[in-house]
Amino acid sequence: MAIIIQSCQNEDSITYKRYYVNGKGLYEKNCQNCHGTDGKGLGTLYPPLTDSTYLIANKKKLACIIRNGQSEQITINNVAYQGQMPGNNTLADIDIAQIIVYISNSFGNKQGHYDQAEVAKELAACK
Amino acid sequence: MKKLLFIALGTLVIQSCTNQSDTKLPILGNREPVERTVDGKTVVDTIYQTISPFSYFNQDSILVTDKDFDGKIYVADFFFTSCNTICPVMHRNMLDVYKKFKDNPKVKLLSHSIDIKYDLPSRLKTYATKLGVEGNQWEFVHGSRDSIFNIAAKNYLVSAFEDSSDPQGLVHQGWFILVDTKKQLRGAYDGTKADQVKQLMEDMDKLLREEAANEN
Repeated sequence: MAIIIQSCQNEDSITYKRYYVNGKGLYEKNCQNCHGTDGKGLGTLYPPLTDSTYLIANKKKLACIIRNGQSEQITINNVAYQGQMPGNNTLADIDIAQIIVYISNSFGNKQGHYDQAEVAKELAACK
Repeated sequence: MKKLLFIALGTLVIQSCTNQSDTKLPILGNREPVERTVDGKTVVDTIYQTISPFSYFNQDSILVTDKDFDGKIYVADFFFTSCNTICPVMHRNMLDVYKKFKDNPKVKLLSHSIDIKYDLPSRLKTYATKLGVEGNQWEFVHGSRDSIFNIAAKNYLVSAFEDSSDPQGLVHQGWFILVDTKKQLRGAYDGTKADQVKQLMEDMDKLLREEAANEN
C-alpha cells in the first residue's frame, strides 16, 4: 500500500517536473531575451517576473498575455511599465501552461503546478 | 630529474607572466601598403581602415558627428528599439559596459538604430530613459537609410539590412565594435555573449592604457 501511494505522488511530481523543464526551454526561446535569465527584465523597458504579488494577483491573465501580448500600462512594485509586449500565437496551450509553471516557480516564485486544462479555459475566454 | 621539473615549472611561470603582459590589441579591417621614398630609400607604410566622417541626430535631437568622438575610444553597435530578438540581450550587456565606464571622459558608446522609419530621436530618448541611460556618453542615433547601412557595411563591417522575409523586417548582427582615438577598428565582440562582453571591457582598459601611453 505504501508503495502505491509513493508511486502516485511521484506521478504528480513527475508531471510538474516535466512542465517545469519544458517550460524552462520554452522560456529561454521565447521570453528570455527581454525578461532575462534571472527574470529581472531590463530597466523599465521590460518588466521583471520576480514580483510574486503581481504574478499571483494576475495569474488568470497570464495565459492570454503570453499568447496575445500586452500594451496596457502595468505597475509592478510601484514602477510603471508601458510598452508593447508581442504575442506568441504559435505557442500551443500546453506550451503556455509549461511557461507559466516555469515562471511561477522560478525567480523567487513558488506557486506549484498549473495544468493545461486550466490554461485552455482561460485562453478560450481571452478578451 | 628534480632539476628538470624545476626548469619546467620555471618555464610555466614565465609563460603565465607573458600572457598577462600588456600586448597591444590588433588593428582590424582592410589595410593597404603605401610606398614612399625617404632619403632615397623606399619604405612601406600600412594605411589602416578608419571610420569615415558621419553626422546623425541623437536621443536629444542634437547633431552628433565624428568630431564628438575625437580623442575618445568608443564602442559601436546596430539595433532598433522594437527589436525583441538579440537587441535586449545586447543592450543588457552594453549596460554593464556603460556602468563600468560611466563618466569616463575618454569613453563613449554609439548605438545606431537601423529602424529609420520609426526610431526618431524622441523614440530613442524614451528607450534610453527606460534603459536607465542619462546624458550623452551613450549616444543613440538616428540617420538616413544610406548613411546608417553604408557605415555598418563599409566601416564597422557589421551586416545590417532590411529584409521583408524577417518577421520584424530588419536583420542585423550583434557585434560590439571597439574603435580607438584614430578611428581604427581594434576589436569585435559578440554583444549577445556575456563572456565576450567581459573581454571587451578588459580590452577597453588595455586600449585606454595604450592611448594614455601615446599621449605622453
